[in-house]
Amino acid sequence: MSAWGCRSCTVSLLIDPEIAARVRTLELPFGADGIDPFGVSQRDLAWSYTLLGRLYRHYFRVQTQGIEHVPDRGRAMLVGNHSGGVAVDGLMVIASMFFEKNPPRLAHGMIEKFIADQPFAGMWASRTGQLVGLPEHATRLLESERLLMVFPEGARGTAKLFPKRNSLVEFGTGFVRLALQTNTPIVPFGFVGGGAAIPTVYNAYKLGKLLGVPYVPVTPYLLPLPLPVSLRVHYGEPLRFEGTGREDDDVIQGYVDTVKDRIAALIQDGRGAA
Amino acid sequence: MKIVIPGAAGAIGRALCKRLIARGDQVIGIDRRPWPDAPKELELHALDVRKRAAEDVLRRHRPDVVVHIGTVSHITRTRDDERYKINLGGTKAVFEHCERYEIPHVVFVGRHTYYGAGADAPLYHREDEPPLALSGFPELADLVAADLYAGAALWRVPEMITTVLRVCYTLGPSGDGTLATFLRGRRVPTILGFDPLFQFMHELDLVDALVAAVDRRPRGVFNVAGPPPLPLSTIIARAGRTRLPLPEFILAALLGHRGLPKLARGALTHLMHPVVIDDQAFRRATGFVPKHDAPATIATFTARHPTPAT
Repeated sequence: MSAWGCRSCTVSLLIDPEIAARVRTLELPFGADGIDPFGVSQRDLAWSYTLLGRLYRHYFRVQTQGIEHVPDRGRAMLVGNHSGGVAVDGLMVIASMFFEKNPPRLAHGMIEKFIADQPFAGMWASRTGQLVGLPEHATRLLESERLLMVFPEGARGTAKLFPKRNSLVEFGTGFVRLALQTNTPIVPFGFVGGGAAIPTVYNAYKLGKLLGVPYVPVTPYLLPLPLPVSLRVHYGEPLRFEGTGREDDDVIQGYVDTVKDRIAALIQDGRGAA
Repeated sequence: MKIVIPGAAGAIGRALCKRLIARGDQVIGIDRRPWPDAPKELELHALDVRKRAAEDVLRRHRPDVVVHIGTVSHITRTRDDERYKINLGGTKAVFEHCERYEIPHVVFVGRHTYYGAGADAPLYHREDEPPLALSGFPELADLVAADLYAGAALWRVPEMITTVLRVCYTLGPSGDGTLATFLRGRRVPTILGFDPLFQFMHELDLVDALVAAVDRRPRGVFNVAGPPPLPLSTIIARAGRTRLPLPEFILAALLGHRGLPKLARGALTHLMHPVVIDDQAFRRATGFVPKHDAPATIATFTARHPTPAT
C-alpha cells in the first residue's frame, strides 16, 4: 500500500466519528475532496477537533459564556486578550466556536510567518484555516463571510509574565480599521486562566532566536507545557463602528479603547465567575 | 477574423488553432517546433519569432489580433540563457512588430508563477500585486521581465489594446505543461511536511479563456484560473500516483536523478508554498466560466497518461 494509504489509516484512528460528522455541518464551501477555497480540509479539521475537544472538555475544562453573542453566520471578528505564552487561548476559542455553537463555526486565526515556514506545523495550520497574518488574508476571509479571530496585543500579549497575566498590553489598531473597511461586527472576548496554565516567569529571547521562534516561555518547571487548570472565555455583545477605515488615528484610537475596555470588563467577569 | 499565433505548435497553441479554424477564423501560426499533422487550413511558418521572417509574416498579414503563447516554462530546466532569449526576446519582438504594424489587439499569455511562492505571500493574488519571490527563484526573472514588458505596452502603445494574461497551471489529455510533466511518473516527489495548494485548469478551458480574450478584447492585466485550488497531495492521489515525501535538502540533491523530474532549485519553494490567484476580474471582463471541475480535469489527464508500470 502507498504511503498515502498508510497515513490515512493512522489518521482515521485519531478521528472521533461524531466530530467528523459535526465537521460536515460547518457551513463552508467544501469541494468534492473536502477542501474549501482557502485549503481548509475536512479531514484535518476532524482529527484536530478530536484532539482539541479532549483538551477543551477534559484537560482544561473550559467554561464558555456568551456564545450567543457570536453571529451564527456572516462576517464577524472575535477580538480578545492573549492569555498564556503558547497558543492555548487561540486553540480554545477555536474549540468553543466548534463545540458550543450550533451550527458550528470555524474561527480563522492569523498565524506568524515563522509557523507557516515550519514543516508540518505550517501545513497543519493552513489545512485548519489558520492563515499567515497578512492584511490581504484578513480582508478576504471577512469578505468571504468568515469568522476571524484577532488578538490585538500580538506577540507582546503572549509574552506577558505570570504576575501580569490578567492585564492588557498595548493594542494594535489595524483590527479596527479592518472592521470599518469591511463593515464587520467586533465580538469582544475575555480569556482567563491561560496565564496560570503556562505560568511564564521568563521569556528566553536568545534561545528563541536559535530555534527560529520569537522567544521561548520558561516556567518554574522549565518547559512551556500547560498545566491542567480551568480556563474561562467570556464573549460580549457585538460592537459595531461606523466609518471607512481611513479615519485619523485619534478617532481609531477611541474605538480601540472602547474594545479594550470591554475586553478588560469581560476578563473581570471571568475572574469573578471562576 | 485574422489571427496570428506565435507559439502555435505547443499543446495549448494547437488546441487554440483548431478551435479558431473550426469557427471560421483565418489562423496563421509561427513556431520553430514542428507540427506534422497540422490542419490544412492553418498557415504555419516554421520560424523563430525573433527572426526577420517572422516580422514579414505580421507585415504581410496585418492580423486583427496576435495571441502570443510562445513562452517556455521556467520550472523545468531549460538552459537559462536560451530560455531568457525565448521568453523576453520573443515577447519583445512580438510587441515591437505589433506596434510597428499597428495591430489593434495583442494577447500575451504569461503564467501565474509570476507572483512567486513564499510563506508570507497571500493566497489569491490580485493583478496589482508585485512579483514577490524573485530572490528565492531567480529562474523566474525572464518570465517576470516578459510579463512586465508586455504590460508596459498598456501605457507605451495606448492605441493598441493589450491583454496580459497570468494563467494558472493547465492539465489535460496532452500531458503537456509544468504540472503534467511533474505528475507524469509513478512516484511524485513532494517536500516532507508541506502540502501547498495548486491551482490548475483544463487545457480546453484555457482555450475557451483565450477565445474569450480574443473576442471581448479586455484591456489590462488579468489572472486566469479554473476551479478552486487543491492540495498537491490530493492531486497526486487523484491522479493515481504515489507521493514520495522527502526532506527539502534530500529532494534538492536528487532532482533529475532516479527518475525524479528535473526541477530548478527555486521551484522547490513552489512545492512548499502555494501560488493561488484571484481570477474574478477576468471573469467579469469576459464572462468566462470554466467547464471542467478539478476531479474531471485530473481524470482527463490520467485517462491518457495512466500511472506508468514498474
